[in-house]
Amino acid sequence: MASGQRHQQRVGDRPAVKYTLIGLTLVLTAVLLVVPLISIFQQAFVDGLAVYWDSLGDPDTLHAIGLTMFVALLTVPINLVFGVLLAWSVTRFEFPGRKLLMTLMDIPFAVSPVVAGLLYLLLYGNNGWIGAWLFEHDLQLMFAWPGIVMVTVFVTCPFVARELIPLMQQQGREDEEAAVILGASGWQLFRRVTLPNIKWALLYGVILTNARAVGEFGAVSVVSGNIRGETNTLPLHIQLLYEDYQATAAFASASLLAVIALITLIFKAFIEWRQERAHKAESTH
Amino acid sequence: MSTTLSAASAKPRHKRVLPGFGLSLGSSLFFISLILLLPMTGLVMQTANMGWSEYWYVITDERVVASYKVTIWAAVIASVFNGLFGLLLAWVLVRYEFPGKRILDALVDLPFALPTAVAGITLATLYAENGWYGQLLAELGIKVAYTPLGIVVAMSFTSIPFVVRTVQPVLEELAPEEEEAGITLGASDWSVFRRIILPSLWPALVTGVALSFTRSLGEFGAVIFVAGNMPYISEITSLMIFVRLQEFDFPAASAIASVVLIASLLLLFAINIWQARYLKRLHGR
Repeated sequence: MASGQRHQQRVGDRPAVKYTLIGLTLVLTAVLLVVPLISIFQQAFVDGLAVYWDSLGDPDTLHAIGLTMFVALLTVPINLVFGVLLAWSVTRFEFPGRKLLMTLMDIPFAVSPVVAGLLYLLLYGNNGWIGAWLFEHDLQLMFAWPGIVMVTVFVTCPFVARELIPLMQQQGREDEEAAVILGASGWQLFRRVTLPNIKWALLYGVILTNARAVGEFGAVSVVSGNIRGETNTLPLHIQLLYEDYQATAAFASASLLAVIALITLIFKAFIEWRQERAHKAESTH
Repeated sequence: MSTTLSAASAKPRHKRVLPGFGLSLGSSLFFISLILLLPMTGLVMQTANMGWSEYWYVITDERVVASYKVTIWAAVIASVFNGLFGLLLAWVLVRYEFPGKRILDALVDLPFALPTAVAGITLATLYAENGWYGQLLAELGIKVAYTPLGIVVAMSFTSIPFVVRTVQPVLEELAPEEEEAGITLGASDWSVFRRIILPSLWPALVTGVALSFTRSLGEFGAVIFVAGNMPYISEITSLMIFVRLQEFDFPAASAIASVVLIASLLLLFAINIWQARYLKRLHGR
């Protein structure tokens, strides 16, 4: 196929050019991405395994890990449901304002997380118009876990929809329309026709949402109040340790988040490999 | 069977066959209003309470203006660097086969998956004077950590994937005919690249650079650890908002945040309009 073409047909196919570009890319990637990644683990284990386990076993660290998992556990399902509904509405129907809706969805990507946190603080803090009412009813959202969950939902809300929309657009509506004509109910249609087509992208969206939810820093740091052992999530705890000159402990906690990031990347590579294989199988038929 | 099919196809085009329009659009709009739009009311109310002169005074404060400058400059340099590096990465990933290519492709997304605070402490440690990179650079007389250059490094790191992921698909779909014609007619690689390939790539390249720029403007977690955060020198605007918040100066924090928010929304809308335009041109009306 494409690999059987003659020499020097395309730009950059001469060996000198090709190997220079590949070499340059590998060097830059090593310097900019690989070495930083390795150094996280090097720093975490610099004082040995015992110190590593000790710093992870610290009660404040354990609490931060627990809170972070709890926040992700609430955030991910909310954004999963929202992402699917949003993707369904913008890819399956035409309506005025559809483009605007997709642009609005991107706001969390464009807005500084500090601004995001501030927006929530102004509204739900004691001085905000909702916050004042909440205060009268003894409900505290800011500087407590609900606030952390709220800003995390904000920051991570586009990811599932972002993964689904291009895929669902590409797949078109024909299969689903056929199912409706054959009498499938809405839920049957989603579960039997749509879901099998989008399940991998959906799963990746969920994993990416999770990675971002456990790692959110700026927005959470505005609304958390940084109460050690209470409202400190793992990224905030890392900052606290690092600024407290406990770099090894900071990197020990950071290594947990780096592992989550690595799992996310491996999973993405796996899905792309699957898609490529499916694509090849399709084109040989 | 044939009657049902013809009945279905005889329906006017705008009739919606698939179920769930009201449910999916309704809940998406509700969710976006609740999560994205409602929180903005707090900011609007807070800034509306300020007089115009007070607002102007706060957002043109010398220290704040210095933060705009350093943020914008660092973001410009970071996104231009990512434009070049991203183009190189996309080119190498699309055009060449080599061992480890899939790993390289996966690694590109590391900055998206790795929490910004983890990136921040890692870069700060690497580029500190006793760090792996800092030592080497110190011999050349270059200081990165705790200078504006550190901001550039952090911003570049967190926005590496944007250009790669926007250019890659366009490069993949590029038809080889024109390119081959150019080569056959004896044009050099460079002139074919400049005259034939680059014109098809540049809309995607501009989009990627603009996304990278927008993200860099809002970056917080990675930057604050490396920047040193010296007033007038290496303080980014997101940090200014944070500083004002810690002084409990909510009006000032809101005023600066409103500037950041308006700038990022304008950028977001500009990028989306630009993208819609060039997609239309690309896929023939």
